[in-house]
Amino acid sequence: MKVAHPRTLDEAFDALERLPDAQLLAGGTDFVVEVNFGHRRPPAVVGLRRVGELRGWRREDGELVLGAGLTFTEIENELAGELPALAAAARTVGSPQMRNAGTLGGNLGTASPAGDSLPVLAALDAKVVLVSRAGERTLGLGELVTGVKRTALRQGEIIREVRVPRLRGPQQFLKVGTRNAMVISIACAGLVVDLDGRTVRCGLGSVAPTPVRAAEAEAFIAGAIDWDGPRAPADAVARFGELAAAAARPITDHRGTAEYRRRAVQVICTRALTRSLA
Amino acid sequence: MSGDAGVDAQERYRLKVNGREREVDGAWIGESLLYVLRERLGLPGSKNACEQGECGSCSLMLDGVLVASCCVLAADAVGSEIRTVEGLSPEGELTDVQRAFVTQGAVQCGFCIPGMIVAMHDLLDRRPDADELALREAISGNLCRCTGYGRIFAAFHAVKEERARAST
Repeated sequence: MKVAHPRTLDEAFDALERLPDAQLLAGGTDFVVEVNFGHRRPPAVVGLRRVGELRGWRREDGELVLGAGLTFTEIENELAGELPALAAAARTVGSPQMRNAGTLGGNLGTASPAGDSLPVLAALDAKVVLVSRAGERTLGLGELVTGVKRTALRQGEIIREVRVPRLRGPQQFLKVGTRNAMVISIACAGLVVDLDGRTVRCGLGSVAPTPVRAAEAEAFIAGAIDWDGPRAPADAVARFGELAAAAARPITDHRGTAEYRRRAVQVICTRALTRSLA
Repeated sequence: MSGDAGVDAQERYRLKVNGREREVDGAWIGESLLYVLRERLGLPGSKNACEQGECGSCSLMLDGVLVASCCVLAADAVGSEIRTVEGLSPEGELTDVQRAFVTQGAVQCGFCIPGMIVAMHDLLDRRPDADELALREAISGNLCRCTGYGRIFAAFHAVKEERARAST
């Protein structure tokens, strides 16, 4: 195994040309565990934590540009005002030690169904910018994450940043697990209300191979909300939860049953919408 | 080409641990920082339990940030400042947090304590006025199965009081 330590994207592209079979390494909280347990033994690793272009975040016109190297601690501390649901999701990731190391780009690259940032990014209609020596391309979250721990990332490509819109309106993240701290989600949901666009967007996590949008629930509630509040009748809010649960495609595993997950989605989506309305 | 060619198949690299340059030779390059510290550099203070970032017993400071060293690839820590529990105070001396753990009886089996000490120092360095809720959050990733945490909280308050007295 070889390990490269690029400091710039250009050096990282060099390393990926030299080590074409290399695994990209961000915070290490998923990958190094797989190596510890003997599940992975890639011939080479390109460590990205020194790459300056991946650090930090900025406002750009109507968007927020989040560097792939942004840690969950940074998201939690710096973005609670701009992106409250993403900050809330970051706050539920692992322990402080994990949040200090784990990154947004790593969460996307790992593409675990339980990745906590993913349902929020789905609800935000996040665009992910991938760069390589050949140039760059921008994918929607649904195009990037293609299956359980599978992405459309090509050899030689690196996730540089995530672009999300700056929206006016409440944003919620709710997660169900066995306890409050250090828990992998059994079901989670990100809900974003866009007051100007008059839409409600709802992403679900841990209840399908990839993050899913509750499209039918979204379309239904957009028509049922009185946008001057915004407020909605209780039966419409309840119906929203049922439709969101219907969008889930959960499995039964060691963390929970499919039935429990579907019910959990209904509860958390109803609750997230209730908290977002007047 | 990169100015830093990285660590190659010779599997020899240097780590800066507690202010000293340490040579790592003959190691498999996929080893975690925790493993290298304990098994190759004679620094067993960071404890090895879960190897998956769940227990916090391997906590140390990497470039001034609290991390679980079981989740750090040692060869990716080249060029970084690593501070382990052994490096919190000069050889043979205890830090104020360590003394408080002793006087408050915050140690039972002791396995989680090095990680707990590192995490508590990190919190008090970042937030000298941290309250108990902040402490609970800060050590939420440091699992102790013996003490019930009560004496650990007592040690935290003792350190804060001692530091407050020292600064007035």
